[in-house]
Amino acid sequence: MIAINNLHKSFGDLEVLKGIDLNVEKGQAVVVIGPSGSGKTTFLRCLNILETPTAGTVAIDGHMADFSKPLPKKQIMEFRKQSAMVFQHYNLFPHMTALENVMEGPVTVQKIDRAEARAKAEELLTKVGLKEKMNEYPFQLSGGQQQRVGIARALALEPKVMLFDEPTSALDPELVGEVLQVMKELALEGMTMVVVTHEMRFAKGVADEVLFMDAGRIVERGTPQEIFDYPKEERTKQFLNLIQNADTI
Amino acid sequence: MTKFHRNGLAKMYLNSIFTNPERLERLLDIAQSSFLPLLEGAIQYTIPLTLISFTIGLILATLTALARISTVKFFQIIARIYVSIIRGTPLLVQLSILFYGLPTVGITLEPFTAAIFGFSLNVGAYASEVIRAAILSIPKGQWEAANTIGMSYSQALKRIILPQASRVSIPPLSNTFISLVKDTSLASFILVTEMFRRAQEIAAFNYEFLLLYSQAGLLYWIFCFLLSLVQGRLENRFDRYVSKA
Repeated sequence: MIAINNLHKSFGDLEVLKGIDLNVEKGQAVVVIGPSGSGKTTFLRCLNILETPTAGTVAIDGHMADFSKPLPKKQIMEFRKQSAMVFQHYNLFPHMTALENVMEGPVTVQKIDRAEARAKAEELLTKVGLKEKMNEYPFQLSGGQQQRVGIARALALEPKVMLFDEPTSALDPELVGEVLQVMKELALEGMTMVVVTHEMRFAKGVADEVLFMDAGRIVERGTPQEIFDYPKEERTKQFLNLIQNADTI
Repeated sequence: MTKFHRNGLAKMYLNSIFTNPERLERLLDIAQSSFLPLLEGAIQYTIPLTLISFTIGLILATLTALARISTVKFFQIIARIYVSIIRGTPLLVQLSILFYGLPTVGITLEPFTAAIFGFSLNVGAYASEVIRAAILSIPKGQWEAANTIGMSYSQALKRIILPQASRVSIPPLSNTFISLVKDTSLASFILVTEMFRRAQEIAAFNYEFLLLYSQAGLLYWIFCFLLSLVQGRLENRFDRYVSKA
């Protein structure tokens, strides 16, 4: 479903991604972990071309983007349609209700009939448990509810891949569960997902594959068990130790 | 003129009103009979001038703001030069150039047309800075969210960015609008018979300058007061999606 080849990204002189290779099968949930500054968020943003990679190729479901030369706008737009993004800070449209947020993509971009888009948006919001909150504005919702609207908004475009950028990092601890639950259901339904997260329990419970990134490279990859219980690389061990220690303080 | 002398004049004016019934009656008569011509000047010129110039000006301002924040250097420079020239020269000078200056090079404009050009260009320059700031105040994440659901630049602008930017810009744009209402009085200088020019004409005939100019001033004030009420309503309307906390 996703084939990434030798992906590079630099901001000026700073090389953030130093050649990423990755294949994700259809229906797989891949979780990316790693210390801050390791390039994991940049990596995810490259998959939606929110950052333009400096070199390399990405193919999602046969749609290929080659970043060795500048891409025409049309191709970027076409490529973006393959995936949808869920942001750390939700980035809901504050001037639209939850329902309007979810309808916006289908109506404005896909030109789907309003009534049809509305029915679909209602269905999606019901699915993420927000049937009662459809006509509320984002400021009237809790963080967890806003993020679930964010997920519904992404799903409304029927993407082939869902990208999650630290979707629970901005949430109060008691609200994390409701968002992870929705994500877990998605994974179980067979959605192809790439998730950048600090939620190790989610990684252990839901991921088919875990990537550990550091300094712009994928240092180690494997099943959750391989990464968490039998890490091979020294840096992976250090990182996991730090996280576990933080948990026991 | 000594201070004593000036006080003396003011006293005479007031005395003449309160002690001389005929004088008072004359003033009331003039006030009454000039009210309709003044209002007519407002309805015929002041209000249309304001509304048309503000509409054109806003479009101009939005385009200029977009040019300023675009990545194309050429657009940026054009916008900068335009704003710099308009903000750096007096409105009265601009109107004079348009109406009295341009005929020299063969371009003759009607007073009303010249006024529309002048005020639109003026609003365009001042409001462009307001709109630019308002667009830049919208978090980058909003652009990204719009992009990621597949929107083009113009779709993102129209559906996501400008609706939010307009909420932020209502108070400063109301300032621009209210200033414009009053600035239209400068059109009197290029022979547009708007409200203030009517006042001048009537006063030139009966010499009641204080009365006529005060009357015109009062009407401007009433217009601006009504506009500030409208501003309040607009703000409320746009604030419906913002936390009151």
